[in-house]
Amino acid sequence: MKEKLVLVGNGMAGMRTVEELLTIAPDKFDITVFGAEPHGNYNRIMLSPVLAGEKTIDQIMINDLDWYAERGVTLHAGQEAVEIHRARREVHTAGGTVALYDRLLLATGSSPFILPIPGNNLLGVIGFRDIKDVETMLAAAQTGKHAVVIGGGLLGLEAANGLMKQGMQVTVIHVLDTLMERQLDPVAADMLRASLEERGLRFLMGAQTAALLGEERVRAVRFKDGLEIPADLVVMAVGIRPNIELAKKAGIYCERGIVVNDTMQSYDPRVYAVGECVQHRGQCYGLVAPLWEQAKVCANHLARYGIGRYQGSVTSTKLKVTGIDLFSAGSFNGGPGCEEIVLRDPARGVYKKLVVKENRVQGAVLYGDTIDGSWYFQLLREGTDIGAFRETVLFGHAHMADSGRDDFSVMTMADDAEICGCNGVCKGAITKAIAEKKLFTLDEVRAHTKASASCGSCTGLVEQLLAATVGTIGKTPAEKPMCKCTENSHDRVRAAIREQHLTSLARIFEALNWKNPDGCHSCRPALNYYLISTWPSEAKDDQQSRFINERVHANIQKDGTYSVVPRMWGGLTNPKELRAIADVADKFQIPTVKVTGGQRIDLLGVKKEDLPKVWADLNAAGMVSGHAYGKSLRTVKTCVGTDWCRFGTQDSTGLGVKLEKMTWGSWTPHKFKMAVSGCPRNCAEATIKDFGVVCVDSGYEIHVGGNGGIKIRGTDLLCKLATEAEVKEYCCAFMQLYREEGRYLERTAPWIERVGLGYIKSRIVEDEENRQALCARFLESQQYAQIDPWAERASGRVDAHEFQPLQRVG
Amino acid sequence: MYDWHEIGALNDIPLLGSRVVQTPHGDVAVFRTADDRVFALRDRCPHKGGPLSQGIVHGHRITCPLHNWVLELESGQAVAPDVGCATHYPVRLENGRLWLGLNNVVSLSTATPAAA
Repeated sequence: MKEKLVLVGNGMAGMRTVEELLTIAPDKFDITVFGAEPHGNYNRIMLSPVLAGEKTIDQIMINDLDWYAERGVTLHAGQEAVEIHRARREVHTAGGTVALYDRLLLATGSSPFILPIPGNNLLGVIGFRDIKDVETMLAAAQTGKHAVVIGGGLLGLEAANGLMKQGMQVTVIHVLDTLMERQLDPVAADMLRASLEERGLRFLMGAQTAALLGEERVRAVRFKDGLEIPADLVVMAVGIRPNIELAKKAGIYCERGIVVNDTMQSYDPRVYAVGECVQHRGQCYGLVAPLWEQAKVCANHLARYGIGRYQGSVTSTKLKVTGIDLFSAGSFNGGPGCEEIVLRDPARGVYKKLVVKENRVQGAVLYGDTIDGSWYFQLLREGTDIGAFRETVLFGHAHMADSGRDDFSVMTMADDAEICGCNGVCKGAITKAIAEKKLFTLDEVRAHTKASASCGSCTGLVEQLLAATVGTIGKTPAEKPMCKCTENSHDRVRAAIREQHLTSLARIFEALNWKNPDGCHSCRPALNYYLISTWPSEAKDDQQSRFINERVHANIQKDGTYSVVPRMWGGLTNPKELRAIADVADKFQIPTVKVTGGQRIDLLGVKKEDLPKVWADLNAAGMVSGHAYGKSLRTVKTCVGTDWCRFGTQDSTGLGVKLEKMTWGSWTPHKFKMAVSGCPRNCAEATIKDFGVVCVDSGYEIHVGGNGGIKIRGTDLLCKLATEAEVKEYCCAFMQLYREEGRYLERTAPWIERVGLGYIKSRIVEDEENRQALCARFLESQQYAQIDPWAERASGRVDAHEFQPLQRVG
Repeated sequence: MYDWHEIGALNDIPLLGSRVVQTPHGDVAVFRTADDRVFALRDRCPHKGGPLSQGIVHGHRITCPLHNWVLELESGQAVAPDVGCATHYPVRLENGRLWLGLNNVVSLSTATPAAA
């Protein structure tokens, strides 16, 4: 028999939990929902645009009544739960309905705080919380003239803006001197106030309300200093109070909110709570992003899918007032040890402030230009070291990526402008899908539109579109899960593999409660890499968890044929090898022969069944796999150096060959390219490689973290060395540090940006003992890796089934 | 309605792997899942014709190697929100031998897998 889950509160947090639960464990529970409001479930944060006349109620419904019926969820709309009997496990409503539960989920939300002043119960005095409040305001706007909003916070200003749009004369009363003091510093607050005043809002700052006057309906507001102003409508937006009466009455421990642990359970483990009614680690949240995270954790726990933990949220806010761009996140007022980076341009109406501590973003306030809000928020959440781009960070992400487009904003782009170049998705298609299919997350946008689903370089743009279209910052948890099979992040999975000595996929799946018994195409290759890089002598390389290219040691092409690239050490070849390549191309009728960017030769269009024969012929001429298909060492590009070049300072070709002989065959989180240039003219382009050496007269400059692909990035100078032996040691140590700490599919460039060059230096340059230990681990692992996969397969003894059809019929 | 062809033994297909059966009407990919079930689909992804036999098997699904479309092995249907379908064929396991059913009616018409 199914267990019974009762949800009290048909709002965003509770229903998001139910939706998550239905996705991962659709048959586990019989679900009953009690909601005090007589509707389905709607997007409460979009009430402001409804009030402003920019959206209709229908447009903000998330789940209508049919949705509940289709999924077999019993909804009692308009029935308020009034009592919980925990001993009998029953929920009672005012109308006498009783529901039994095995698990109870409280998502009772919060209520507007109503000031304890005379007249607060008059008609026309309301909060701003639900559809009913919006209807009251819209009705008041029909008949009345003067509206007073008490509270100059986010909600109050959105209400005031909406009422003004409906034709009312609106006065905002705020007890402090700065608006939105929980999100803004005084400078941004003053800019906001000036801009709102220009639009026609009036402000009374530092004003204390004494009483609301009127007989039945409110007609005026009186202040402590005796001043009175007329009011046909008073909206209280001075804060929210978690709705905890029901829980309290049932004896569930509450402080300001219902106190929950990291799995969203109250002191009664059968009773869960999510959303604004919750107090977690001393924090109550009134924004939407934390609700999503809580819902996910709660659903996972209800479904008994391991123990995802909620560890609190860093929040960001954006004011939903059309034409005013405002963004705030984190701690924007600083504190001991904090510094402020500020850009202020009054003529453009732009103010940007980042609060930084030890080169990591602690908070951000943006006014007038919020396009980079999501980027700063990402830097904040991920604790990125911004040392390398601190001077330009305030100019924004677009400026970093491509200095030719520094006046760039995604919202100013035309609808037919292409956002995702890989999949040909234009801006209009993305915003349309977000609106029509009610997409909330980056993953949903990727699934429906394919935008940013391939190379990922347009992820920032898509996130900006999502933020601008949905009206909130599409957030991702601080620690992104590896994939849909787990709640664990890459780093956590890796730590578990190391600490618990997990040596096979099966043991990982068991130890970390994988949701799908054999994972998916996204996590299996990552896990396989983590296993063989952590336990090179113990873990078995699982061929079925390899992407096809690494399984058959060639690159799959669009027509299902393969390309073959033999290794050319340091880019050197000779007549014998070239003849063998020419013979192979003739013999197997290989249609295209091309010189690659990495100084080798590519044979394109080889039939799969011919691969072992092609390799056998290449092996016979002394050539081995070039691993041009792998997340592994690719090429070591060189120039001719002192052997021939009149400018050469060292034997760059010879050093390149030595580095390639030392490192070939090693698996890495993503592809790994090297180069050695013989002088600072840098003909081998070493400064856009993962590991580059630039020879100078006095030795060798070591450059790391370059990339010439999706996003060009010049290397950082790691250090300068005197001898070839040192270069080899540093090369091993750097590769091993990347192998051990880079996340799967993370190139060295983003890895270094994430951890900071200072960290890499501290582990490799400044810590000799650690450098040698890394180097030793790398060389140890190479003993198991330097086996030519082509020779193994050409012999017919390894994976023969890969290259032969099972059967021919007919 | 089906012509049944003996195509080999269960262990000829690696666990979570796939092998190809060549037919006059095009390749058929035969998959073996973790629970030792065997499924057969036409070896062409409905998206851009990628060889499904070269993909990664997980659960009762296959991910195409070219652009990561995911298809249900049982029905050949693409997993939402992608839309498309690869022809699927019945497979029987008898006394450790695998039999593949090819549709002899369709194969005579123009709607053969190779011509579709």
